[in-house]
Amino acid sequence: MTDLDATLSIFSQEAEQLLADMEDALLSLEANADDSETINTLFRAMHTIKGSSGLFGFNAVVAFSHEAESVLDKVRNGERCIDAELISVLLESKDHTAKLIEHCLENNNAPLPDQLADVSEQLIRKLTGNHTSTHLPSTTPPSILESEGGEAIAFDDNWLISLEFQQDAFRNGMDPLSFIRYLKTLGEIKRILTIAPTMPSGNDMDPESCYLHFKIAFQSDASKQAIEAVFEFAADDCEIKILPPNSKVDDYLKLLAAQDETQLRRLGDMLVMIGALTENDVRYALMSQQSAQNSPDQAANKPLGEILVEQQLIQQPVVEQALLKQEQTKQKIASEANYIRVDAGKLGQLINLVGELVISSAAMNLIVERHGLNDAGEVAASMNALVSSIRDTALELRMVQIGETFSRFRRVVRDVSKELSKDIELYISGGETELDKTVVERINDPLMHLIRNSLDHGIETPEQRVAAGKPAQGSVHLNAFHHSGHIVIQIADDGAGLNSEKIVAKAIANGLISADQNLSQQEIYNLIFAAGLSTKEQATNLSGRGVGMDVVKKNIEALRGSVSIDSEAGLGTTISIELPLTLAIIDGFMVGCDQDRYIIPLSMVDECVEMNPSECEIDEAEHYINLRGQVLPYLRLGEYFSKHKKADKKRESIVVVKCGQNKAGFVVDELHGEHQTVIKPLGKVFENLKGITGATVLGDGNVALILDVQGLIQAAIKIPSHSHRALNSIPQRLLQ
Amino acid sequence: MAIDVIKKQKGAIQLAIRDEMTIYTVLEQKQQLTEYLKSARQIQVDLAGVTEIDSAGLQLLMFIKQESTRQSTQFTLVRHSEAVVEVLELLDLVTHFGDPIVISADWTSS
Repeated sequence: MTDLDATLSIFSQEAEQLLADMEDALLSLEANADDSETINTLFRAMHTIKGSSGLFGFNAVVAFSHEAESVLDKVRNGERCIDAELISVLLESKDHTAKLIEHCLENNNAPLPDQLADVSEQLIRKLTGNHTSTHLPSTTPPSILESEGGEAIAFDDNWLISLEFQQDAFRNGMDPLSFIRYLKTLGEIKRILTIAPTMPSGNDMDPESCYLHFKIAFQSDASKQAIEAVFEFAADDCEIKILPPNSKVDDYLKLLAAQDETQLRRLGDMLVMIGALTENDVRYALMSQQSAQNSPDQAANKPLGEILVEQQLIQQPVVEQALLKQEQTKQKIASEANYIRVDAGKLGQLINLVGELVISSAAMNLIVERHGLNDAGEVAASMNALVSSIRDTALELRMVQIGETFSRFRRVVRDVSKELSKDIELYISGGETELDKTVVERINDPLMHLIRNSLDHGIETPEQRVAAGKPAQGSVHLNAFHHSGHIVIQIADDGAGLNSEKIVAKAIANGLISADQNLSQQEIYNLIFAAGLSTKEQATNLSGRGVGMDVVKKNIEALRGSVSIDSEAGLGTTISIELPLTLAIIDGFMVGCDQDRYIIPLSMVDECVEMNPSECEIDEAEHYINLRGQVLPYLRLGEYFSKHKKADKKRESIVVVKCGQNKAGFVVDELHGEHQTVIKPLGKVFENLKGITGATVLGDGNVALILDVQGLIQAAIKIPSHSHRALNSIPQRLLQ
Repeated sequence: MAIDVIKKQKGAIQLAIRDEMTIYTVLEQKQQLTEYLKSARQIQVDLAGVTEIDSAGLQLLMFIKQESTRQSTQFTLVRHSEAVVEVLELLDLVTHFGDPIVISADWTSS
């Protein structure tokens, strides 16, 4: 690869990323049109694309992106307002830019074919076409701070303290005088204004109520926190506002400028850090912001900075500087790019090495323990802690948030619903849920398929929905959450639900089931995962060809996951996919039977119980365990795997495992405790082994098998009890 | 009686407060003072006997000042005790009441 090729590939990756960002930004603008930050992102993306295309002389891209950039610039400056129409033109432009870049890269910057050039022209016309120019209302200049009496008491070097006592202050044992006397110990009161603006006249005046307000110009070197502490006891009965002296403003500005830019902080936090505000100030300001938000008055919704200035807690310039700094930090973080591109192979290698490290540290522990090296024990313990945090961090490297995958579907839903002339909204929740990158990559296609299915089969047309008494707009919810060591992804629509009669009819027609089979609702729903089944009369280009759901199921099962369907006619369908978080290392619980060791994923262990009659009893004949009155199926791991019955009744323990809704007890001989387990795949030969998902190497070199808990629970449930078997063997006629 | 009438003639009244002016006494003092305020055109209050004054007492003085201004009654404070002066100075209210203060040589501070 030449240098130029390498740079080109960086360019193409970067452009791809930028265009993806753009798409996200555009879609979020649809919901919230005046988010200036998003508009900035859009502009920056287009601008960067234009710039880097220029470097390579991709003139077609430059010419086109230039137009888009100028439109975005106008939007940014408030000269043009962004509406649904413009957003959809911009989306098209984004797609077109991608095509242009692709063309330039593949055809070595050959001239544009007519078709692309035409589209360019059309889009440019649409972009620059008629538009109403709007001017954003200019913001009103901030009001000058003055005291409530109207008298300006702002001395440059003084703190301005305003105390407004509540009426109950006296009754609560406050004496404002004592606070002021105490304040004098911290500095010099330059000027004090005692007023009682709310004091009523005549009989309404209650001499035991407090109507006093104080405005104090105070000179002191104390910090704001220290001054606020003077009035700490009065905080409940007094509205306290402490405005730093103007001379401090310069200090604050300097401190702000010096604040590190590696981390994005909230405005309140920044101001508290430099000492311009106290935590109480921020809390009250946030509270008043929140109560303003609840009021219907739109004008009351103000940003925090404005509230702080209005409440005279801080000077305008400090807030402005802090906001500027915040913006700078944001940009710096954005420009430094939070990510380093790492070759996935290197990462895989690292994870493998960490796996080996975990194994050999286990081996070392074993030896330290065996030789009873007390002083080495301590070292080994601290190394153990390090190894496990290295393990966690290494695994986290591969964890990505599923949100990015989810938000790709917004475009799909938007386009597909237009195509089908349905009105469908996609709701996303749990986008911050993390899972292994390899899992994310492989879940994308199944998800796409399921969503298209929901859009096409699930959600009805607006007319049908209104007729059924539902809102015309259909909705699809994408949700992800962690659940006992697994991640669950749900796709829920509020469409028509599955039609079980149709499914059964189709399945009979296809010969999947026979007409006299009696199936539970769940079994019927599961039929849609069978190959070759579609209830849609007419196949569309989206779905309905009856291939796909079987592939979806296969793909998910290949990831050691499972998929289930829940549906209610007329109300909608929910499809849940359950996947393991990671494919490499787990926390395991080691148990032993005879000479064999087994690992149960720790997340699935519910409890361990020693076999004793008061707590837990095995009923061999009926094949169940009675665990404190709870009936559980059970499995003797030794018998299940080695197929020979043990003669001697040793002490046995039960490990209660849980998988989803199902619970079962595994009867084992020994409990070995927690064990960090590096999953080694078993290889093709053992692919079909039931009840085992992998193996791991123990510290002493032995191999332990990792149990497939889900499969084993099913196996435990299926073992018929002895009496049941006996019942079945009775000839039918005797029962009648 | 916490408030004594020293002299009373044709709408002019001279009072002397011989008690503390605190949250414990203000309720009674307010009633009495407003009562005198109704009938008089001129009120002079002797504060020499005020041994202690807190925010509530100060507020009461401010209230009487406010009320008398409202009905254009002349309200003057005389013979401020040490406690009263300390508070008036602390809160910069000397000019608010506008009465001349005589500082006694016996006072320990200020």
